[in-house]
Amino acid sequence: MLKLTNVSKTFNPGTVNQKTALDRVSLDVPDGDFITIIGSNGAGKSTLFNAICGGFYIDEGLVALDGENITYKPEYERARYLGHLFQDPMKGTAPNMTIEENLAVAYLRASKGRHSFLSRVSAKEREMFREHLAMLNMGLEDRMKNPVGLLSGGQRQALTLLMATIVTPKLLLLDEHTAALDPGTAEKVLDLTKRIVAERNITCLMVTHNMHQALELGNRTLMMDSGHVVFDVSGPERAKMTVEDLLEKFSVGTGKEFDNDRILLSTVQESGPEGKK
Amino acid sequence: MFITWSIIQSALELGVIYALVALALFLSYSMLNVCDLSTDGCFTLGCAVGSVVAIAGHPILALFAAMGACMLSGFVTAFLQTRLGVESLLAGIIVNTGLYTVNILIMGKSTLSLNSTETVFTMMKSALSGTPLVDYYKLIVGLLFTAVVLVLLLQFLNTRLGLSIRATGDNADMVKSSSINPAFTTTVGLCISGAITGLGGCLLGEYQKSCDINMGSGMVTIALASLIIGETLVGNRGTIPLRAVGVVLGSCLYRVIVAIALRFNLPASALKLVSALIVAVAIASPQIKKLIDFQQKKMALSGRSFYRLMTLFLAILTVGCVVWAVLLPVSRALAVLLAVLCLAAAVWFALADRKVRGGKVC
Repeated sequence: MLKLTNVSKTFNPGTVNQKTALDRVSLDVPDGDFITIIGSNGAGKSTLFNAICGGFYIDEGLVALDGENITYKPEYERARYLGHLFQDPMKGTAPNMTIEENLAVAYLRASKGRHSFLSRVSAKEREMFREHLAMLNMGLEDRMKNPVGLLSGGQRQALTLLMATIVTPKLLLLDEHTAALDPGTAEKVLDLTKRIVAERNITCLMVTHNMHQALELGNRTLMMDSGHVVFDVSGPERAKMTVEDLLEKFSVGTGKEFDNDRILLSTVQESGPEGKK
Repeated sequence: MFITWSIIQSALELGVIYALVALALFLSYSMLNVCDLSTDGCFTLGCAVGSVVAIAGHPILALFAAMGACMLSGFVTAFLQTRLGVESLLAGIIVNTGLYTVNILIMGKSTLSLNSTETVFTMMKSALSGTPLVDYYKLIVGLLFTAVVLVLLLQFLNTRLGLSIRATGDNADMVKSSSINPAFTTTVGLCISGAITGLGGCLLGEYQKSCDINMGSGMVTIALASLIIGETLVGNRGTIPLRAVGVVLGSCLYRVIVAIALRFNLPASALKLVSALIVAVAIASPQIKKLIDFQQKKMALSGRSFYRLMTLFLAILTVGCVVWAVLLPVSRALAVLLAVLCLAAAVWFALADRKVRGGKVC
């Protein structure tokens, strides 16, 4: 499915702010995998996602999706096959447009060729949007003519999730997409994510700052540090792992202490996802 | 009579023609969130191309030629900002500057006269001759074009491409992740808004039977003023069709205000200052309100009231303006206008002051 080969990215090369965000990262993601990714601040998690979705072009290496080399494909072309959710719920939706219009723009991914550009949203599609919205259980199906700016952060993130998956993507990238929501809403959005991913068997990468979540969700966990994947665990070994084991693995793998405050906090308090950056 | 129907009528005629430029900005500024500063030159370009083709004897072809030329100019502006990384404001200014030369080249000299040329207006006049509508032929032509553009624009904004253009102005990231290239939507949007601007320029040229190299100067500000007046009329929570109709009404209202101002013997050159003030005040108003509220809060700490201070200040200004209007023989109309504005502001502050004190014992 997704294959990264020796992917490197350096920001501000040749200046004092030079930072190697990805250093020859190779990653093979088979079909149907649900991978959770954890790592300290600045480990390269978001950079990894940007390398995959095309937020920038990488310096070296190859990115392939389903056997097709997409290394130099622009972001909007890759978006046809990728769903991407950010931590900020405001990022994924257009606030001054209605729910229906937002979904219509997201649904453009299903269209092939330019002739459909001048077509309008059909009654059939509207009905389909309605059914999808109803599945969110937030009453949004009755507010399709409301501007998205009137929705709460949780509702917007749920809508973004729906928009990212309304045409089933080959790969779903979740970048701490519940971290900016209050615990109750976060859980709801997370449940939705789990359901949609499981129902349609979507291959998924998810960055999280919650170690319990990282071990509970999905079937494989990656740990990143300074642009490297320092730890990659799946199967039975992962099944019997605890948070302490993970932290231990981190110190062994990198020779230093873990320094993501939020991860440590969530480890200590054993609370759910919380707090903003 | 101070204001006659014929004054209102010619104001409306101009209003509906200039409404095209306001609609173009409605697309580029309100929808796409790009302030297209090439509008001035683009408007003149439309007039220049249209006039040259009309003088050659093709008044209807002139409209399409003008639209085509301005679409090209919109494309250049878009190309500079989406593909070559030129700042969007700067791209507009660059194209605007270049268009001056292009316009002179097209016109051959700095003014063209269409006095003995057949135009869409004279065509309509002869088509309507003998009917009671003949007195309104100019208004009918203007209304016709504006209505057609308005309907087509609204239809377009509801298509997938139109939705993507709106989304590009609202949240470009979201457009990218919906597999649409924002560079493409920006280009399409600016081409269309350019074409509409050009149509407006061409129509104005045929309407006033002349084309001048400087006719476009200040057009962005004037169109923005119409746009703002229009959006204030319907409120910014309105639906897209309502807002678009509001823009047309705003343009007409703007021309009526201008006509009234001219009746007050305000020199025509003062109008650009008035437009500039309208745009500046309208866009700055949220910030001004914030500053006023902040001052009020700060002064309330020491038991004073900023609102009352402003009421007092504005009341003195009002009295000053009244004295000026009565005693000084210069610009009496301006003095009356200022007096009314100051009085209105003073009343507003007085009411705000009362509201603040309402809950307190003092």
